[in-house]
Amino acid sequence: MSIDIDTARKVAKLARIRVEEAALPKLAEQLSGILSFMEQLNEVDVSGVDPMVSVTPMKLPMRADVVTDGDIQAQILKNAPEAREGFFAVPKVVE
Amino acid sequence: MTANSLTIAAARDGLRKKEITSVDLTMACLTAMDAGDGLNAFVFKTPEIALEQARAADARLAAGDAPAMCGIPLGIKDLFCTKGVPSQAASNILAGFRPEYESTVTTQLFGAGAVMLGKLNMDEFAMGSSNESSCYGNAVNPWKVDDRALTPGGSSGGSASAVAADLCLAATGTDTGGSIRQPAAFTGITGIKPTYGRVSRWGVVAFASSLDQAGPMTKSVRDAAIMLQAMSGHDPKDSTSANIPVPDFEAALTGDIRGQVIGIPREYRMDGMPAEIDALWQKGIAMMRDAGAEIRDISLPHTKYALPAYYVIAPAEASSNLARYDGVKYGHRAKMAPGDGITEMYEKTRAEGFGPEVQRRIMVGTYVLSAGFYDAYYNRARRVRALIKQDFETVFAAGVDSILTPATPSAAFGLGEMANVSPVEMYLNDVFTVTVNLAGLPGIAVPVGLDATGLPLGLQLIGRPWDEAGLLNHAHVLERAAGFVSKPSKWW
Repeated sequence: MSIDIDTARKVAKLARIRVEEAALPKLAEQLSGILSFMEQLNEVDVSGVDPMVSVTPMKLPMRADVVTDGDIQAQILKNAPEAREGFFAVPKVVE
Repeated sequence: MTANSLTIAAARDGLRKKEITSVDLTMACLTAMDAGDGLNAFVFKTPEIALEQARAADARLAAGDAPAMCGIPLGIKDLFCTKGVPSQAASNILAGFRPEYESTVTTQLFGAGAVMLGKLNMDEFAMGSSNESSCYGNAVNPWKVDDRALTPGGSSGGSASAVAADLCLAATGTDTGGSIRQPAAFTGITGIKPTYGRVSRWGVVAFASSLDQAGPMTKSVRDAAIMLQAMSGHDPKDSTSANIPVPDFEAALTGDIRGQVIGIPREYRMDGMPAEIDALWQKGIAMMRDAGAEIRDISLPHTKYALPAYYVIAPAEASSNLARYDGVKYGHRAKMAPGDGITEMYEKTRAEGFGPEVQRRIMVGTYVLSAGFYDAYYNRARRVRALIKQDFETVFAAGVDSILTPATPSAAFGLGEMANVSPVEMYLNDVFTVTVNLAGLPGIAVPVGLDATGLPLGLQLIGRPWDEAGLLNHAHVLERAAGFVSKPSKWW
């Protein structure tokens, strides 16, 4: 399966990474190369095999649904590129 | 010999006997670190923190009953979040990020009295095998045989370089597809990736969550046992961390492997494998046989499919984990043009902040998880992963105690030499190590010899799940038999 320029543009959009038009052909070529490497997996008979979901056979633990921390607004916002009045600030989202 | 070239074990014994202080040891490392700038191993130095921790360690040692890691100066891979200290995963997208919290691994190490000298170089987000994708520029291998500067490997390249050059006594590393074991082999040191779940991932910047594990990179197998002990254990903050007891790893180093079964997987004899690598492997087999182990030919039939499965699963998980870097909560935010909305902010921020290899992997992951391809790629890869794990379960059930393989397909290569190859060719570096991450097993790289040009080569031992103790003992026997004592000559 090879990736054309339109598909590369779509994937970049889905990944929210801006790729200039001029860079799309090279990207498509590299993605195609990686995907054709993955095609080897089609040689394997996987019938009756479930996809692996857990590395070690263990049940994920449950914990009590209680508040264990909080009141750390300043800490949470400390690394924000832009914070205002106790909130993360972003460009206008709704027109 | 200066104090910075000590092993953890020797320093521990010296500290306890009051032959040396942690402040002396730390000063020796700080001096070596400053003299080692040409290696570009440390990307952020923390001498004030180091000296404060060293003084506290000396007080604790004076009071008696200090743990083994007390007073030991370490380098910390930039992937670990360290409170108040830059932690960027060697990426521009985390520019300026100083975590408000401490990773569990570093919390445990510092709780045991260890000293942090600074943060270590690595491939961006741990994606790479040569340390060339770092936003800080590549680290350099202290080993050198001609004019070329060589890669220390990756992704834990700064850790490997710093330990091999004696800038610190040991370092933390992380391993998603071989990122501890390959750089350890390239620099003539020891590196162990423990069983998935042995060491908490909390506070370690996530790459591929079902594959990532942290581990120590050290100057000896004994040091690996001592430091892994301090890093291991259950952590309620990591839901995949195993709530099982941690055995005494150092006590397991009996040096006795008589009657143990060591498997030699025929599928690891790759086409075109350099004769030197094969000869090293044969040498390792002979050493283990001479030590009284039973050598058994085994088959791991799905080995060939490990790399393609890995390069579906790891990017898929990465694309999801790295979605958090959006210019809102931390790190870099792109400058906006008039009229730009939030989507433009995301797209520009991520284009500016992520390097080319990281962008590529995010996009591969996005593609294999997208509607219409999820089953064909991602689910198929997870099915193949189940088969790879089953291969190992079958040989362990048949009585194999550990598996001996080469660690890397070659010795360290020159920096820049792989610049014009396809991404897939670079991925081939992980061919012997990646199966271990897919199956969640412990694996260790041990230096065994030098190639014809004088560069270190390592072998890998793979253990049963949760049997790091047995694995370390096997590695200890291999280390003793190999008697690898070569050090790089100082040029930096």
